[in-house]
Amino acid sequence: MIEFKINDQPVEAQAGWTVLDTARQYGIHIPTLCHHEAVEPSGNCRLCVVELRDGDWSKVVISCMYPVQDGLQVYTDSDRVKNVRRWILEMLLSECPASSEIQRLAQEYGVEQTRFAIHDPEEDCILCGLCVRTCKEVVGVSAISMVGRGVHKVIGTPYMMPSDACVACGSCVTVCPTGAMRRRLDLVRGEPKTRMAHSAV
Amino acid sequence: MAETNVAQSFTERRLGSAADLKLYQEELLAQKDPQQAEVIVCYGTGCLAAGAEQVEAALKEALDQAGLDTKVRPLIKTTGCRGFCSRGPLVVIQPEGLFYQKVKASDAEEIVQTTLVEGQPVERLLYQDPQSGEPIPREQDIPFYKKQHRLVLGRIGSVDPTDIRESIAAGAYQALAKVLTGMSPEDVVSEVEKSGLRGRGGAGFPTGRKWRGALKAIEKKGRPVYVVCNGDEGDPGAFMDCMIMEGDPHAVLEGMIIAAYALGSEQGYIYVRHEYPVAIKHLDLAMEQARSLGLLGDNILGSDFCFDLRINRGAGAFVCGESTALFTSIEGLAGEPRPKYVRSVEEGLWGRPTVLNNVESWANVPLIINNGADWFAGIGVPHSTGTKVFSLVGKVNNVGLVEVPMGTSLVEIIEEIGGGVPGGEPFKAVQTGGPSGGCIPYSLKDVPVDYDSLSKVGSMMGSGGMIVMDERDCVVDVARYFLRFLEEESCGKCIPCRLGLTRLREMLDDFSKGKGTEKDVEEIESLGEAIKDGSLCALGGSAPNPVLTTLQYFRDEYLAHINERRCPAGICKELISYQIDQEACTGCRTCARLCPQEAISGEKKKPHTIDQDKCIQCGICLESCNFGAVQVISPALVSQKSQEAAS
Repeated sequence: MIEFKINDQPVEAQAGWTVLDTARQYGIHIPTLCHHEAVEPSGNCRLCVVELRDGDWSKVVISCMYPVQDGLQVYTDSDRVKNVRRWILEMLLSECPASSEIQRLAQEYGVEQTRFAIHDPEEDCILCGLCVRTCKEVVGVSAISMVGRGVHKVIGTPYMMPSDACVACGSCVTVCPTGAMRRRLDLVRGEPKTRMAHSAV
Repeated sequence: MAETNVAQSFTERRLGSAADLKLYQEELLAQKDPQQAEVIVCYGTGCLAAGAEQVEAALKEALDQAGLDTKVRPLIKTTGCRGFCSRGPLVVIQPEGLFYQKVKASDAEEIVQTTLVEGQPVERLLYQDPQSGEPIPREQDIPFYKKQHRLVLGRIGSVDPTDIRESIAAGAYQALAKVLTGMSPEDVVSEVEKSGLRGRGGAGFPTGRKWRGALKAIEKKGRPVYVVCNGDEGDPGAFMDCMIMEGDPHAVLEGMIIAAYALGSEQGYIYVRHEYPVAIKHLDLAMEQARSLGLLGDNILGSDFCFDLRINRGAGAFVCGESTALFTSIEGLAGEPRPKYVRSVEEGLWGRPTVLNNVESWANVPLIINNGADWFAGIGVPHSTGTKVFSLVGKVNNVGLVEVPMGTSLVEIIEEIGGGVPGGEPFKAVQTGGPSGGCIPYSLKDVPVDYDSLSKVGSMMGSGGMIVMDERDCVVDVARYFLRFLEEESCGKCIPCRLGLTRLREMLDDFSKGKGTEKDVEEIESLGEAIKDGSLCALGGSAPNPVLTTLQYFRDEYLAHINERRCPAGICKELISYQIDQEACTGCRTCARLCPQEAISGEKKKPHTIDQDKCIQCGICLESCNFGAVQVISPALVSQKSQEAAS
């Protein structure tokens, strides 16, 4: 057993657990977007950040990947942590304003509105990559992937063409934390009309 | 460089032992007559851009015509960067060590006649002391070189990097021989530990401790273990690693082979960015030649130690200089970083224990082995030992590559070696550590340049870029520049970096237009901290540094932009106007001819005026005016003046 503290509360964890695993075990709330038990964590959304402290030393890490160690002192809601979450949520509010999950989380952290310009009021994808990881790790077909880099990054199929690799299992839609995959299914599978023509060939 | 197929001529020779290497070195040295003349043309990037190839061709022709081919050895030698880039193309005549600068192809004949035939220096090509105006004939007496301590750059500029025999004659691979004959792997690791060498890539992690960590990981996980060189140098204005790989590739190879011996590694990788084709070519050639001599590959120097290397070319992503992104790139995946709560020495390339060091760190290893850890630790300051190579660029007279002991002060580097800012004003700030570093103001000019002192003032050592700025550089503009660079280079994996850098840059864009409040300054700082804390890798984790440090040291300048709608440096276009001083203007029409907007009018020999409605603030008039008549002022003042004129 590994013993440490979360928000000054003593906790026990098993070797191999992450800080997030432990927090959930004890019912301590840490928000996440890109985390799912079915796939390996990848640390994209950064919403699950926590602060580690040791005397004057302090560091912000992501709880979904940080391995538990004896004597850790974890703070899940410190000022530094809240600052990171607030800014992420304010930026996501402008990036994917259509997502009700983001709106709910933003409200939880006191972000009422965003100062940043909204490019697409319909957008709801946060590019957490959960759909891509599920398609690869759970379904094992890799029909979709991250395409492009930096601010140009999107979820897509190879060459942005409807993909034969997709088995229409719908796992990507199920795991999507914001519901964005629903809008993108046709992109992956092709329009229903062309899909039928395609299978006839 | 010499177009001989060197590798071919080695096929009959394989060095079977350390003694054999020593013998070979002596043979090579015996072939050289130290009294014979040698013409060295610098083939560093700066000199090449200034026309070194033409100079070399002209010198060759002039030598042929003078019939001196037997007196000069070899006819012409081209080498890696000699460092004094702003004075290129550089030509050095040995054995006298005559240093010719800004050589043109048309100077070749005179150099051959006067120097090689008559034995006299060509005085007009010598470097002149900026104070006294006296010519300084020898390289080592020039202030730019005098204060330097060139160890890592020691062989660069004197050996032809495409011919391994030159490097061997100059001592390459002697450290490897020493290690193989008399040092256990444990000895090697403790020697590097004792030397205090810290990673030259920027973060300054102790190299010996890293190797020790890898040894411990191997105990747990077994082999294979990999040795990797990070040659993905990408900071704007930094070119030290490029020049080391181009000018002395064997130093890098030797360092890596020594580490491979210490760790029991059989395979190493050199990750070089695709934009460095000459570095790749020279490394490749160096590896080929080292292999054929038995210095790399199977049974190195006749021992049972086998190790080989391969080059991986990066495709141009800045983020691939980050260790985990570099590994994913070598593994054939998209170059994106992984969170590293487990260190690379335990879980690096292909999940195996891996030692990743920067080019300059590797090049330091043979020096430590040859001269001993105590010697190395005696250079520099405690906790930052040895020397550091900097690329000194920006508003400084002597642009180039400099190597100084750690702990040398900023002002010594910029004013004594760099010759200060053109025009003689003190510098305004220095950006160290590239886009991840910070701006250090003139008031901190005495700060010693070592890892700890730089981080104390909010900047970092970084890989060694040093960009000097003067009063005509606007800190808001500089911060925007670095943010734009990182915004383009962000891989987009994590949200704080992908979205945050764009949003931070947009907030600064507003400042450069005079929009914003003092509250926004605090918000910029708050967002900057969120990006630093929240980002996945060091790219995002250090991206706000240029903004945060300029805010720390030049807050007044930020406030002038929003409170007075004034850019004190006269750079931010929306906050400045150009105006012609009616007294100083001679009516020469130069600016009027060059203005792309045809905004300048006036008769010949009479003062000109600028039509503010047409002007796009490109600044061509300011640069072209020979009489200092074009002035930069803020728009508020223009309207005030035109009102005065109207009344």
